[in-house]
Amino acid sequence: MASIEFVRVSKAFDKQEVIKDLNLTIEDGKFTVLVGPSGCGKTTLLRMIAGLDPQTSGSVLIDGKDVTRIAPGKRGVAMVFQNYAIYPTMSVRENIEFGLVNNKVGKAEREELVESIGKAVGLSDYLDRKPSTLSGGQRQRVALARAMVKKPSVFLMDEPLSNLDAKLRVQMRIELIELHKKLGTTFVYVTHDQVEAMSMADKIVLMNKGVIQQEAPPDTMYRRPSNRFTAQFIGTPPMNIGELGAGGIKYGFRPESAVLSEVQGDEPFSVRGVIATREMLGSETIYQVRSDSGNFMVKRSEDLFAAGQEVFVGVAAEKLHFFGEDERRIEEKQGAYRDYLEALRGRSHG
Amino acid sequence: MTKAFHYTGLTLGYLLKTAILIVFVFPFLWMISTSLQTYRETLSYPPTLMPAVPQWINFAQAMSAGPFLTYFKNSAVVTLAIIAIQLLVMIPAAYAFAKYRFPGKNLLFGLVLLAFMIPGQVTFIPVYLMMADWGIAKTLLPQIIPFMSNAFGIFLLRQYFMQIPEEIVEAARLDNAGEFRIMRKIMVPMSMPALATIALFSFVSHWNDYFWPLIMTDAESIRPLTLGIAMLRETEGISNWHIIMAGNVVLVIPILLVYLFCSKQIVKAFVYSGIK
Repeated sequence: MASIEFVRVSKAFDKQEVIKDLNLTIEDGKFTVLVGPSGCGKTTLLRMIAGLDPQTSGSVLIDGKDVTRIAPGKRGVAMVFQNYAIYPTMSVRENIEFGLVNNKVGKAEREELVESIGKAVGLSDYLDRKPSTLSGGQRQRVALARAMVKKPSVFLMDEPLSNLDAKLRVQMRIELIELHKKLGTTFVYVTHDQVEAMSMADKIVLMNKGVIQQEAPPDTMYRRPSNRFTAQFIGTPPMNIGELGAGGIKYGFRPESAVLSEVQGDEPFSVRGVIATREMLGSETIYQVRSDSGNFMVKRSEDLFAAGQEVFVGVAAEKLHFFGEDERRIEEKQGAYRDYLEALRGRSHG
Repeated sequence: MTKAFHYTGLTLGYLLKTAILIVFVFPFLWMISTSLQTYRETLSYPPTLMPAVPQWINFAQAMSAGPFLTYFKNSAVVTLAIIAIQLLVMIPAAYAFAKYRFPGKNLLFGLVLLAFMIPGQVTFIPVYLMMADWGIAKTLLPQIIPFMSNAFGIFLLRQYFMQIPEEIVEAARLDNAGEFRIMRKIMVPMSMPALATIALFSFVSHWNDYFWPLIMTDAESIRPLTLGIAMLRETEGISNWHIIMAGNVVLVIPILLVYLFCSKQIVKAFVYSGIK
């Protein structure tokens, strides 16, 4: 077990700086998910922890110790790659064992470890097979087993589920959560998929263009996004954002926070519009409402309206978010918050 | 109509393949056939393809015409040493070129390609003089040293290594494997087809090499098989083709054996199959 710390870390590739002066602490034993659009630097951070692409400046600390000069194999970290990176010429057993052999673990102990890990990931019957005869899910398990067997203090995972089909992905997600619970080790997981981040993380670190946008547990990230980027990245469909008018202030509300009705309610935000599209997804229905204030997505669990119908979109005060000109969140306790709420009420139209 | 066309095409295809086969196989058959004929049969007109009675004694005669065991040993030592040293040089070089980033990498790789492109004839004389200077003329070393590195092999192997996903190497590094262990346990096993191909090409060209040993050797004790067989002509004064061909059969057999051993890997070299 170990905590990870980035201290004023920068990273440049061919003189192009992708990460600049970044500070981040990843807590010991937590499941931390680095999430963000592609090219945001999340994988770069992961690879710095592993030592595969060391930082250009600053330091990375694992358990308080600067690991800058420590080789990847000696950092006590294990990594699961997106394409699994299984050694194709070795059997499953040899794959799992490779790290142990390199670490000079005795044969008897090795065999015992491989057997028990094989059992834990459900590969007992496949230990002597070649990876090419395994399915995608099984290969994924080999990669996991290979990481687990070394008993690392940090697990690094680089989009490990993205090569699996949707069903298997959901199943593996649950297995990973359980695995983390069982091992209690620090997990650092990189993904661009916000659903994966929300479902697995103890803490999400959301990045964009090499800058951390917000670090928070999933519920905080969802309920109190600290800026407009976070607000729109987390949640599907993304948060509706509209201009409040002067001063570049924006308001926002989540599609699932809005109510639709045929008569105007007394919510602070209430606009009339016409349903442009309706997507019936089974458990929920997503409407696109076209109004004078712009287009809004609304997600409802009941399916009461049809396309072309005129409706009122209403949002309760506590479900509204405001973002300043700098795109930062305006907190309720800030003085201006009430003014913005009133301004929005004034703009409501029926 | 189309069916007839189809069959015509098929027949033409087979005819063409057979023709090519004959062109390639006939010299071999001719060699084997001649090696089993009597001297009189080799001169008869029209030539015979099948000897009346196979003359196995030709082989014994060829082999006893000189110190053939020594020749054979020399050929084997030289060829195997060259291949072994080439592999030792080639694998780390190709690995560095394929998987490392270091200053001057492109320049160095350019030099390798340049070495690959310079014709041997240009370097024969300086290399000869160098070997003579070193005072190793009476050993097998002059036949080995000039061929210690194989530019074509480095090039081919580098291309092959580049196809191996970076992540596999990184996974091995995270598994605490040193660079030599990564080469031995990951890169080499994954590149067997390419290595087999390179080794075979190298084997054939050095086993059959005639010119270089001819100018580099001046004693029986260090001559390879190719020279020994060429000398079959001179020792007898007249061209004893049946004996020469018997010698050639002996020369070719190891190549066929090596090919049989490598062929499966060589086919694979052209059909790379990775793991997703």
